[in-house]
Amino acid sequence: MVLSKPSNVRVIPRLDIKGPNLVKGIQFDGNRVLGTPEAFAEIYYREGADELIFYDIVASLYQRNTLLEYIRKTAEKIFIPLTVVGGIRSVEDVREILRAGADKVGINTAAIENPELLREASRTFGSQCIVSCIEYWPHSDGTCEAWVDYGRQLTGVNAYDWARRAVDLGAGEIFLTSIRQEGMGTGYDVDFVRKVAEAVPVPVIACGGAGKKEDFLKVIREGRADAVSAASCFHYYYATPPGDDRPWMSFEEPRLRMGEDIDSGNIDFLKEGYGGYRDIQTDRIGLPALKSYLSEQGVPVRPTAASTKIYTAIEGKI
Amino acid sequence: MSAQVVIVDYGVGNLFNVRRALALLGYDAVISRDPAEVARAPRVLLPGVGAFEAGMDHLRRYGLSEAVKDAARSGRPVLGICLGMQLLLSESEENGTHRGLDLVPGRVRRFTTPSPEGPVYKIPQIGWNALEHTASSRDWSGTVLDGLPERSFMYFVHSYRVVPADPGVVLASTRYGQDEFCSVLKRDNISGCQFHPERSGEYGLKILENFVTGKS
Repeated sequence: MVLSKPSNVRVIPRLDIKGPNLVKGIQFDGNRVLGTPEAFAEIYYREGADELIFYDIVASLYQRNTLLEYIRKTAEKIFIPLTVVGGIRSVEDVREILRAGADKVGINTAAIENPELLREASRTFGSQCIVSCIEYWPHSDGTCEAWVDYGRQLTGVNAYDWARRAVDLGAGEIFLTSIRQEGMGTGYDVDFVRKVAEAVPVPVIACGGAGKKEDFLKVIREGRADAVSAASCFHYYYATPPGDDRPWMSFEEPRLRMGEDIDSGNIDFLKEGYGGYRDIQTDRIGLPALKSYLSEQGVPVRPTAASTKIYTAIEGKI
Repeated sequence: MSAQVVIVDYGVGNLFNVRRALALLGYDAVISRDPAEVARAPRVLLPGVGAFEAGMDHLRRYGLSEAVKDAARSGRPVLGICLGMQLLLSESEENGTHRGLDLVPGRVRRFTTPSPEGPVYKIPQIGWNALEHTASSRDWSGTVLDGLPERSFMYFVHSYRVVPADPGVVLASTRYGQDEFCSVLKRDNISGCQFHPERSGEYGLKILENFVTGKS
């Protein structure tokens, strides 16, 4: 008998984007500006990210995705898969995003309003590029409720049932975010990830709650996640000046921003912390360090070091 | 100056990222569905995602099926990517049996379904996986894999895999679930990659570079 080979687990930084800025909040709220999406995307590519997720966090509110320009710029220099989420409401929207250079689109709000969109989009472009984004709040009775509009609207829809239906309609992957865990660094919602991962035949990307390297391992081992996504631990690792080991928690810290000089907007709210939390809740974790750790623990991942400067023949061109 | 590569546009899949990757490397590629342009192209790149039957239907509808075959028979390099690779085979068992371009004898078969008691893996395979040497192909120099180390990782998205009749055309193999499948094939001037070189980082770009610079 042939022994099955375990699948390689993907590590996927998630970039939440508002206007020209990469932002990060906690539980989809209190977003602070960390830099430009281009600067972060390029670093993640160099550091061995397996894919990237670009999430336009105000698109659904304004009913349009504003990332086309970023997608075009990114697609010219980043040669790993790019998933774009936010404000995608029609087959035409999907076409436009894919033409700009995205490989997949993630749909949440519009699919809950009109589930047939998943069917139409997957029939037109193939299931492989249609990702069902499910953002949910776990209730105390154990059920999970899907929320839409970047956590602004409750739906009453059972997130587990919706995940199964989304796959029946043609979604090729499930991107699952627990809003309660998101940004908190207290670990993934392992139980629900596992429940969904075991119920659907397509890959599940777990998101929300990564704070330590062990959290990634746990959601892969116990949650059966096919891919892991995170934001804070990666963003803060790469946004922190090298060698700066201060116990760090200065919410006003201007150096926590990368890329060109940007207007970070009103950040007074950060002085009060996030809803009483005075510290960033996650460890700072670099992609190669995370992958080495997972690999040492027996989780197969694509090695990272090889991703940079391999070929003199093409080096000058990149 | 005419283009170095003609990317066949038969209405399926994202062709722009292949062109962008070639542009970054400094090569001129055109996207075309004109059979005459494809048939006389110095190099033909056949991309594609989606279902086999629909892919073949589209190729025939635009008259591109014969154009790709003409280019291949003339000895000019042809590279199939993902579904484009599968279309090079004789036939596929995806949703019934369907005839392919038959430039490489063999079949396209689905991944072996996981057994209930065995380890879990999902179909489609979505993600990165490694290229391995095969018994008949220990040396990749002079091919599209020229300069790549063994176990280079590439980005795959597929439920079906090619099974060439002649194992000698398997240039690299990859393991997924219970299957060891042909991830890169080479038969004379015809090459195919089951993964997406345009989405596989710098190793993938190197493959496209090799194709354009004649290592195929």
